[in-house]
Amino acid sequence: MNISINGKETILAENSARTVDSLLEELDVSQRLYVTVELNGEILDRPAYETAPVKEGDVIEFLYFMGGGC
Amino acid sequence: MIIIPKATYDDMITHAQEGFPLEVCGILGGIYDTVSANYRMTNTDASNEHFMMDPREQFAVVKDLRAKGLTMLAIYHSHPETPARPSKEDIRLALTPDVSYLIISLANADKPEVNSYKISAGNVQIEAIKVII
Repeated sequence: MNISINGKETILAENSARTVDSLLEELDVSQRLYVTVELNGEILDRPAYETAPVKEGDVIEFLYFMGGGC
Repeated sequence: MIIIPKATYDDMITHAQEGFPLEVCGILGGIYDTVSANYRMTNTDASNEHFMMDPREQFAVVKDLRAKGLTMLAIYHSHPETPARPSKEDIRLALTPDVSYLIISLANADKPEVNSYKISAGNVQIEAIKVII
């Protein structure tokens, strides 16, 4: 399966059960509670991570929450 | 060490002063350790004590940096009334790997202070800032 992850073309083993959440786990992304994901140009609501399937040709971007306080 | 053009360094301070008494935030991009791009970001918290970036703006910046062949080098924010040191919340939420965290303090309004830190898994290390013309 070929997808784009943060601008990099990536080849993954075929897995029809792969979701956004399981992809992040597969990529060893830590602190996933603080990760925002954009799938094909649309920012996903967090509950959708566990249900949104990852398909051939998908363009996925993710980044961490950026914030703080004094 | 992070190397910052004087115009960018001054703009961060101006941004903090313009936004006072609220916290402001932004992203710096560049290559290796040298900054060449500056993005003022929206503090969606609009708070004197907190900042939070808008993910849509974050994605737009990341894509713009990538298109320019640059990477994200630093995340900055202001402390309108407290020192240029990361708070517990700053440390806890320093989640983006491999970037510097810059803090602009306006605690002394006549003499803004800027410090840069590397923060990883709760460990904080101050780093030198070199301002270039």
